[in-house]
Amino acid sequence: MDKSELLVKERQLVIPGETLARGLDFLPSSGCYRVDNEIKAKLMGLVKLKDRFIGIVPLAGVYIPKPGDGVIGLVEDMQTTIWVLDINSPYDAILPLGEAVGEYVDLSKTDISVYYDIGDLIYAKVLNVSKSKQVQLTMNDYRARKLIGGRVLTITPSKVPRLIGKEGSMIELIKDKSKCQIIVGQNGVVWLKGEREGLAAKAILTIERESHIVGLTDRISELLNKGE
Amino acid sequence: MAKAGKPEKMIINGKRLDGRELEEFRPISIEVGILKRAGGSAVFRFGDTYALSAVYGPRPMHPKHLQNPQKTVLRCRYSMAPFSTQERVRPGVNRRSVEISKVLNEALSNVLFFEDYPKTGIDVFVEILQAEASTRCAGLNAASLALAEAGIPMRDFISSCSVGKVDGKIVLDVGGLEDQYGEVDMAVATIGNEDKIVLLQLDGIVTKEEFLKMLELAKKGCAQIYEKQKEVLKEKYKTGELDVESQ
Repeated sequence: MDKSELLVKERQLVIPGETLARGLDFLPSSGCYRVDNEIKAKLMGLVKLKDRFIGIVPLAGVYIPKPGDGVIGLVEDMQTTIWVLDINSPYDAILPLGEAVGEYVDLSKTDISVYYDIGDLIYAKVLNVSKSKQVQLTMNDYRARKLIGGRVLTITPSKVPRLIGKEGSMIELIKDKSKCQIIVGQNGVVWLKGEREGLAAKAILTIERESHIVGLTDRISELLNKGE
Repeated sequence: MAKAGKPEKMIINGKRLDGRELEEFRPISIEVGILKRAGGSAVFRFGDTYALSAVYGPRPMHPKHLQNPQKTVLRCRYSMAPFSTQERVRPGVNRRSVEISKVLNEALSNVLFFEDYPKTGIDVFVEILQAEASTRCAGLNAASLALAEAGIPMRDFISSCSVGKVDGKIVLDVGGLEDQYGEVDMAVATIGNEDKIVLLQLDGIVTKEEFLKMLELAKKGCAQIYEKQKEVLKEKYKTGELDVESQ
């Protein structure tokens, strides 16, 4: 059999239809597909290599929830025992009363809007995503809480890891320089509150715009040091 | 501007009315990511034909009864701006735009991975801002770039161009008066530069030999468009990685 060959480098920009590798020694991971002997890209993004797996980190796209993700959602609707949240995804998420409140709630006496009301912003964890894309959230996490005040930005979900940086280096830098509390949801929703929100917002939007260009960290730290 | 009448000859000394060779495109220009609110957007121009495309989604599919629990639903809308031609186009849906929307939808359906986002819908809008023949081809080229920019999983780009017969000669990229007075106009779209045709519409009468010749030329044209599409996207999202290496 023919020898397998890799045609791309780590972090190289590829576009849909581009051949990434030939031969059966490589395996397509997220964002790729196999046609006969070739692995091709199905998204525009940067190549990610891990052992035999070839994946693509997309430059754009929507958030698809998966269990364990921390997300920021906006309460859209409320029924007797659930809240419906918009989590910046094609699928709405459901937060059941039992997952949201630790105590016994007598539904005949209480209106659940005392806990969360329509228009509230919540940081919650994705508990489960069913095959039919029913998303269930839980507040049973130490970070989960209602977010009061502050402002909200939305970035491309695939760029969240860049915003956070290696072991949180990037986000810590922004938090430190702008003296803001920042919470980043895996769904690309960023909440910030603090002294210099404008500066933090500027840095975050720069990352969103330029995350695929080399030398990001230097540019961001320069921007933050320069101030407003 | 007065409407130009039929010219006596449309090919003079082997050159066409606008000075092009027989197998030459009008100037092509492409821009990607021009609409901020859309997931992806692109403008594709063949000379004076401007097609703007915007892609939204995948987003929740409404109305709900059109949802497919296993697949994404693709919706295409082609429309011409009222000011796109010399005679005003009545805005809104008409017989022609319904047909073109349908063929664009069917062409694009060949390259998308519908199973990746069940229960959602993708909306593709193609607006013709200025029409000077080959609008569906320009629209399709713009739409496939916009889809790629929106991060929608797809097999490959769709590249499209038109071929025609003018004064008995086979020409690439029918434009302007050639469309009005030419004998044949054929729109072809292929998946990338592969030998797979996803759109073929023909107007006029041709012999089998002519048809095969036209098809061959169209495939060559599509391959050229494909190269241009790739180039534009790569240029737009340059990573700067190569510069670092050369230093």
